[in-house]
Amino acid sequence: MRFATETGIVFAREVRPNLRNPVAILFGMAQPVVFLVLFGSLLSGVPWGGDGAAWQWFVPGMLIMLGLGGTVSAGYMLMTEMTGGSLDRMLVTPVSRSAMLVGRTAKEVVMLVAQSVLIILVVLPFGFELHVVGALVAMLLLAVIGVGLGAFSCALAVVARKQESAFYVVQQTLMFPLLMLSGVLLPLDNAPSWMRALSRVNPLTYVVEAERALFAGQLTGTSVLYGVLSAVGFAVAGVLVGARAMRLTGD
Amino acid sequence: MIRTRGLTRNFKVKRQIVEAVRGLDLDVEKGELVAFLGPNGAGKSTSLRMLTTLLRPTSGEARIAGHDVLSDAAAVRRRIGYVGQGNGAGPYFRVRDELVTQGRCYGFSAEVSRRRADDLLGTMELEDLANRDAGSLSGGQRRRLDIALGLVHQPDLLFLDEPSSGLDPQNRANLWEHILRLRDLLGTTVFLTTHYLEEADTKAERVVVIDHGRIIADDTAERLKADLAGDHVTVRTDNPARTARIADRIPSTRGVTVDGDAVRMAVPDGAAVLPVLLRALDAATVDVRSAEVQRPTLDDVFLALTGRSLREAEGVPA
Ligand SMILES: Nc1ncnc2c1ncn2[C@@H]1O[C@H](COP(=O)(O)OP(=O)(O)OP(=O)(O)O)[C@@H](O)[C@H]1O
Ligand SMILES: [Mg+2]
Repeated sequence: MRFATETGIVFAREVRPNLRNPVAILFGMAQPVVFLVLFGSLLSGVPWGGDGAAWQWFVPGMLIMLGLGGTVSAGYMLMTEMTGGSLDRMLVTPVSRSAMLVGRTAKEVVMLVAQSVLIILVVLPFGFELHVVGALVAMLLLAVIGVGLGAFSCALAVVARKQESAFYVVQQTLMFPLLMLSGVLLPLDNAPSWMRALSRVNPLTYVVEAERALFAGQLTGTSVLYGVLSAVGFAVAGVLVGARAMRLTGD
Repeated sequence: MIRTRGLTRNFKVKRQIVEAVRGLDLDVEKGELVAFLGPNGAGKSTSLRMLTTLLRPTSGEARIAGHDVLSDAAAVRRRIGYVGQGNGAGPYFRVRDELVTQGRCYGFSAEVSRRRADDLLGTMELEDLANRDAGSLSGGQRRRLDIALGLVHQPDLLFLDEPSSGLDPQNRANLWEHILRLRDLLGTTVFLTTHYLEEADTKAERVVVIDHGRIIADDTAERLKADLAGDHVTVRTDNPARTARIADRIPSTRGVTVDGDAVRMAVPDGAAVLPVLLRALDAATVDVRSAEVQRPTLDDVFLALTGRSLREAEGVPA
């Protein structure tokens, strides 16, 4: 299993700075936590909210937001290593391109899961109801979508390597519509029909819905099935595109 | 060890084609130490990046130890080491961690990788910096780390792109000592670029000069200098005009110029010509104040080849 070993080597390299400085896990959590505090307080006042119900609806979305914000840093890190020359050094070693991609992405996913656990621990005392099995499956699903997001972010970094600013522009321009159209922040039930149509082609929508179902303890149901299918499809597509892109890096 | 035929690479920059490397034909045998010399933008790094599988050639072919860089890149990568012109270590990673990772990337066990890392930290005098982030090192310290990274797996063939740039004289000497020891011990083939002409001159057995993407000379430094540049003789006399005429009459002198009381000329063998010149001047009752023979440098070779000095050519885009 050369691929597994190589992925492990890349992963170990990437994760070591974070292990040496665990506080870094808290960076990148700031935005979702602020959103949680502000929106969460707002939501608990709305009629359909009630005590824990608002959290139950809002927290899964925040985890997806965390995933979007965090895993895209895989692309950012790749970008810095491309410009500095350390990626070149790695590319000359026998380690395969896809192991480099997956190892990098895996590190961001592990960070994502660690951050998610922290967030759940924070909201538990406020009435967030934990269904252990559902939550575990939800984490797994989050990890899968994280792989896709990280891989696409790496692909974007490679494509934009000659125009670094394009990376940030594209990333930022995509991020917010993706978030809005997945129903992370606000439900789309009352949205105009064109928005609802767009949200139906956004793979994140299905993942968010599945996360909500899972955190509510519903393990079966079609929303979970659709969520798993879109997350897996998204991840596979991301890795394929990302691995292709990695072959272009030197040029 | 290295064999290229018609190796070519173009870049498209804003709809213009930059011909970075044009039809490189190069053969390097096992164990050779070759210096690749040329002004900025001559195509040195581009050539190295093609030979190390980082860059796809536009046309032509290159084989490393018999393996094609395109169709058999994996086999090439296992045999070579590469120290690029940029920084090999990621800025957010610790010095020792990067060295250990490098060993792991080449398939060594964690234990062997750690031992090699520690060995190299010693040789490159990086022990005190082992736990620092690479990004926090000084330019020369980082360069030493780059080189250490390229040596971890003791490759058969080592490509070094300006390894000594940014190093102080002591560390440059240290680097060379290490490269030469590696060669003695393991028969490593070394292919390097440098802007230190004196380094190429004294250390490399073979000098390949590249300009505008083409090889314009390829020989030992000694022969290049003798064939293309020759020695410089300078005499200062009380009658420079007359001195110049006499110097011109000696068959082997070339390019006689007058500068104040100094008369300069190029000759293939200064030590032999100088006595002849001095006797002729004496016979013509010219009073000689001083006489000097200067060995040529590789810069003189480049000047003879292109009409430009390597130092002048620096910074001028190809
Ligand atoms: N990625 C690239 N895109 C476009 N042009 C490039 C690229 N890389 C190199 N070039 C061009 O190709 C030519 C050769 O560059 P190269 O880096 O090989 O020079 P060099 O001999 O290594 O110079 P130096 O001594 O400055 O390192 C230059 O004109 C350079 O501008
Ligand atoms: Mg260069």
